[in-house]
Amino acid sequence: MTDLSRRPLLGLLAGAAIAPRMALAQQPLRIEITEGVIEPVPYAIPDFVPENGAGGEYGAQIARVIANNLSGTGLLREIPASAHVGRITSFDSPVQFADWRAINARALVTGAVRANGQQLSVKFRLFDVVSGQQLGDGLQLDGQTNAWRRIAHRVSDQIYMRLTGETGYFDSRVVFIAESGPRNARRKQVAMMDQDGDGVQFLTDGSALAFAPRFSPTGDRILFTSYETGFPRIYLMDVASRRRQVIGDQPGEMTFAPRFSPDGGTVVYSLSVDGRTDLYMLNLASGQRWQLTTTDAIDTAPSFAPNGQQICFESDRTGASQIYTMNVQGGQAYRISQGQGRYSTPVWSPRGDMIAFTKQHNGRFHIGVMRTDGSNERLLTASYLDEGPTWSPNGRVIMFTREEPGTDPSLMSVDITGRNLRRIPTPGPASDPSWSPLLP
Amino acid sequence: MNTLTKAILVVAALALAACNNPRGGDGMDGMGTGAGGIASTALGDPNDPTSIAYFNETIGDTVNFTVDSSDLSPLAQNILRTQASWLNRFPEYQILVEGHADERGTREYNVALGARRAARVQQFLIAEGVSAARIRTVSYGKERPIEVCAEQRCWDANRRAVTVVSR
Repeated sequence: MTDLSRRPLLGLLAGAAIAPRMALAQQPLRIEITEGVIEPVPYAIPDFVPENGAGGEYGAQIARVIANNLSGTGLLREIPASAHVGRITSFDSPVQFADWRAINARALVTGAVRANGQQLSVKFRLFDVVSGQQLGDGLQLDGQTNAWRRIAHRVSDQIYMRLTGETGYFDSRVVFIAESGPRNARRKQVAMMDQDGDGVQFLTDGSALAFAPRFSPTGDRILFTSYETGFPRIYLMDVASRRRQVIGDQPGEMTFAPRFSPDGGTVVYSLSVDGRTDLYMLNLASGQRWQLTTTDAIDTAPSFAPNGQQICFESDRTGASQIYTMNVQGGQAYRISQGQGRYSTPVWSPRGDMIAFTKQHNGRFHIGVMRTDGSNERLLTASYLDEGPTWSPNGRVIMFTREEPGTDPSLMSVDITGRNLRRIPTPGPASDPSWSPLLP
Repeated sequence: MNTLTKAILVVAALALAACNNPRGGDGMDGMGTGAGGIASTALGDPNDPTSIAYFNETIGDTVNFTVDSSDLSPLAQNILRTQASWLNRFPEYQILVEGHADERGTREYNVALGARRAARVQQFLIAEGVSAARIRTVSYGKERPIEVCAEQRCWDANRRAVTVVSR
């Protein structure tokens, strides 16, 4: 498996010769996510045109990766190539919009690919078929051939932004736990993949039980909990080198549930000793640690607000688990979850305005979201066991673990509107996803 | 409840505990004894009252809990008293108390809950005279069920603390 992270894109270059078209009076195509899209917008994305022989093998593949991303949002629906009337044979020839209107396409993506040795150039344009307008400028992306998928994800992010006005989330990765073996002696390995399920790499060998990996804010390090010594301890791993080190514990302590601060310099986590589980912070540079909570209760699953000034966490200090927020300096914790049932695994959204959580009520598990003061609670899913939400980099999509009776766990995603519930393809049973930021 | 009924209950519980935990203490990934290795422990003859097999099967190495609770039932306390007296007779054994949870909870909470259950058993054994220096605790949360099914009977069996003895 090629490690794309070691061969980053060379840059994002606007094609100098590509000028935006004159805007027409008509309103351009815009998908308003917040108002709720019920009917996906039909679009066409013909294979990208190879501009030399070596580009041929990439033209179709890049278009497929982009189409999978766009259709996967639930906001758009691809019109298959078999239904196309028009053909795109040259990137710069005028588009015959009547051909695309004839198949009821609202949007059209055209592109071209050129490969020279290790270098790949990809160009694309996005059109509003109804008005005949181009949406944004044509764009050229240059990178290495083995980064063709990342280029396709970046094109997808550009198209998403032009259609919705919001940042995309396709050029990102997910760390998760790949599971195998019998349920009572499960093998659990830390693994990493692209957000669409491609390019799975294993980061641990599975000889020790591991769970709940978490990405750093820059995506280059992960935290996870492993039983390598027989006891749960937190490990910090550099993704590129796979080097790892234990952090945050002393003999006789169990540590777990770590998460990075937004600046990547601090880790908040749970530490159990003598049956009490409290929250601690650890400064990664100095190794200094300090205790945040001091109850006899279970305080766990902490997560930073994106401003770095607050955390949310779960605690059973008043009985069943509830969600609390507190300042990073410690002090008073404020309970924000107010509904019936047990609330767990709160995670602050990247936009800072919402907290996603797991809720257990009447024998069912739900993934939900609420405002950071606990208001506007909305449950997005329900099953035998849904748990552990993680936010897409743009805060639009939540990925989580689902398990139904008698089946293996799998990764699912759902839009924060509650629509577009999808299974994320993994090579085997999978759990505990953590979404990276957009890659640099 | 009269003494005879109690005695029958204890015997029944011991038998249940024994068949719930035929594997004794080994077979876990990287359990206590080495990095990532599989610990191998001679269990001995279950008829030999000094053997680990006797402790696991005749004394009973497991106590169970109700949902979200680390309270020790009278039954659990009886088992732990019997464990403590055996452990006090054979001070050469080291003790690892494993705390476990059922799958009807989130991963992190269950690790913390298992830690609470293991600590509760540890504290009980210490109160019964077992040296604190001999006992370590670990939580497996919901990661190592002993029974696998999506039914009440499995959840009940999986909410447990297991006293694992080794030389």
